Amino acid sequence: MSAPVTSRTRTAAEVSATPTPPQPVLPTAALALLIGVLCALAAALALRSLHSMLGNPPAAVDAGLVALGAVALLPLVPAGRAFGSARSRSRLLAEGRLAGARHEAASGREHAHTAMGYALAVLLCAALVWFATANDGAISTTFLRWEFLQSSFANVLKAFWINVEVAVGAQVLVLVVGLLVAVMRLLPGRAGRPLRWLAIAYVDTFRAIPSIIVLYLVGFGLKLAQVPLVKDLSPVWLAIIALTLTYSSYVAEVYRAGIESIHPSQWAASRSLGLSYGMTLRTVIVPQAVRRIVPPLLNDFIGLQKDTALIGVMGVTDAFTQARLTASNVFNLTPVIVVAVLFVIITIPQARYVDRLLGKQQSRTGRTT
Amino acid sequence: MTFLQINDVHKRYGEHDVLRGVSLDVAKHEVVCLIGASGSGKSTLLRCINALEPIQQGEIRVDGDVVSGQGVDVNRLRRNVGMVFQSYNLFPHMTVLRNVTLAPVKIGGKSTAAAEEQGLALLDRVGMKDKAGAYPDALSGGQQQRVAIVRALASSPQVLLLDEITAALDPELVGDVLAIVRELAQDGLTMLLATHEMGFAREVASQVCFLHQGRILERGTPAQIFEDPQEDRTRQFLSRVLVAGRL
Ligand SMILES: Nc1ncnc2c1ncn2[C@@H]1O[C@H](COP(=O)(O)OP(=O)(O)OP(=O)(O)O)[C@@H](O)[C@H]1O
Ligand SMILES: [Mg+2]
Repeated sequence: MSAPVTSRTRTAAEVSATPTPPQPVLPTAALALLIGVLCALAAALALRSLHSMLGNPPAAVDAGLVALGAVALLPLVPAGRAFGSARSRSRLLAEGRLAGARHEAASGREHAHTAMGYALAVLLCAALVWFATANDGAISTTFLRWEFLQSSFANVLKAFWINVEVAVGAQVLVLVVGLLVAVMRLLPGRAGRPLRWLAIAYVDTFRAIPSIIVLYLVGFGLKLAQVPLVKDLSPVWLAIIALTLTYSSYVAEVYRAGIESIHPSQWAASRSLGLSYGMTLRTVIVPQAVRRIVPPLLNDFIGLQKDTALIGVMGVTDAFTQARLTASNVFNLTPVIVVAVLFVIITIPQARYVDRLLGKQQSRTGRTT
Repeated sequence: MTFLQINDVHKRYGEHDVLRGVSLDVAKHEVVCLIGASGSGKSTLLRCINALEPIQQGEIRVDGDVVSGQGVDVNRLRRNVGMVFQSYNLFPHMTVLRNVTLAPVKIGGKSTAAAEEQGLALLDRVGMKDKAGAYPDALSGGQQQRVAIVRALASSPQVLLLDEITAALDPELVGDVLAIVRELAQDGLTMLLATHEMGFAREVASQVCFLHQGRILERGTPAQIFEDPQEDRTRQFLSRVLVAGRL
């Protein structure tokens, strides 16, 4: 409140007595241009390496390479603008128009920084291309070769269904078991104490054991011990059980954090209306908690999906096992890359779906968060 | 006839004695106002009556039934005792109407249709019928508090506990909410309210209790308490309130 008062009381003479000249732009602009040119050169080298690896590519590919080269020159555009701003700044400063000069200086620096940011991105891409095409393309052909991709894709995709089956089965079970464990851990009073302790012991144990060990122990142990019911289950079911055991402990903690994040006044309001502990949990607390836990829950679910690549240790031929077999036959890692890409492909839609879900919630509840 | 009987109630949080022997009788159709400095135990007393807090000593009876201590069906008690909180505490994931009908349907065994009809009638009474489908976050504080009062009334409680229900409201919204409480008092609803609105307490109360350090230091009709307080502490408190412009 006092700031405008003091500035009004400053006289014009005082203001002009201490003019802060706008910062110089020319050095920054020059640096941006230099970096831009160097990165464009690096890109040219990388593209030449790519060109020589491809041997004698068709004209269309050549055109594509030239287009990429043109893209690598783009950072020079803002660098040029930075020089323009630098010139205007000097002119305005000479005319004594301080405010205009400051404005030009600021936008000049902005242009220069933009040029540098884009140039560095070009450099990183160039380095990647160079790395993949170096040694006459030995690296990229090790990881990705069209004929192996064609020959292995169908097999790997088929085996990937096992991963999906295990992941979805375990996720459904984890949602239920995790909630049960969380509720057990939150049981009130003396009566709830033994169950509380059991829940804590379970979470502590299974969060600590690496899932590959749980898979191994469940996969072979239950069979060896001839445990009734379980010994006749298919390996896929055993994998689902093992991953459920591991991930329910994570998800129980996610639920618990969500439930405890609901303000105690919601408990008080619900209990004061006469709703019992269980009813309050069901109709008031958990529905609110679920909205908050969706993002951390997705994290755990993605972790679970990825851990399905471990079920090979219990003798299930999943996508990764299949890919490894094929890869060792052909001495090429293309099939493994296929698996990796499949995992990425199923994960991205889930992430976007959750983003949308949260966006919708926010627009509905409006003012919250 | 005494409807709510509070007998020598003690409440401790760890080492801290919050209520130190509170006794209070409330007859049917009475409106009792609890006044007192911040931290004197007003909210705690109301929460104890609603069994949201266990008490260490003493006895609370509603309509003759002991409601404090072990082995009491607190859920049945709460059907007879409604409570409205300072911070409204509406359920944010339910519409206004759902907030209001939740208890009648889940606890009172009403059909959804009957509960909604009654809920809409009550909402209409406080001028909130057109917001029945809205979510609490889309309402102003005053509107939320009016819905909270309706939610408490929807279970047809015998006594309503109101804990500083206007303390979180902008001054221009206080009037709306108090008007509703005034109307309820005229209808003969038994109420126990903690408040800092002395003018309002003087107007609606049949009995005013001044709490000081966990005890009821002085009680009487509004005229006795506000015009002729006997205790020094009461006088001090009232003069401080007067300075703050709340009387
Ligand atoms: N859950 C709790 N744990 C420990 N101490 C508490 C708890 N709740 C309240 N207290 C203490 O009890 C005392 C009385 O609190 P209470 O909320 O009843 O006061 P009040 O009269 O309602 O005050 P105000 O006018 O500020 O609402 C305070 O000293 C407070 O610190
Ligand atoms: Mg209070």
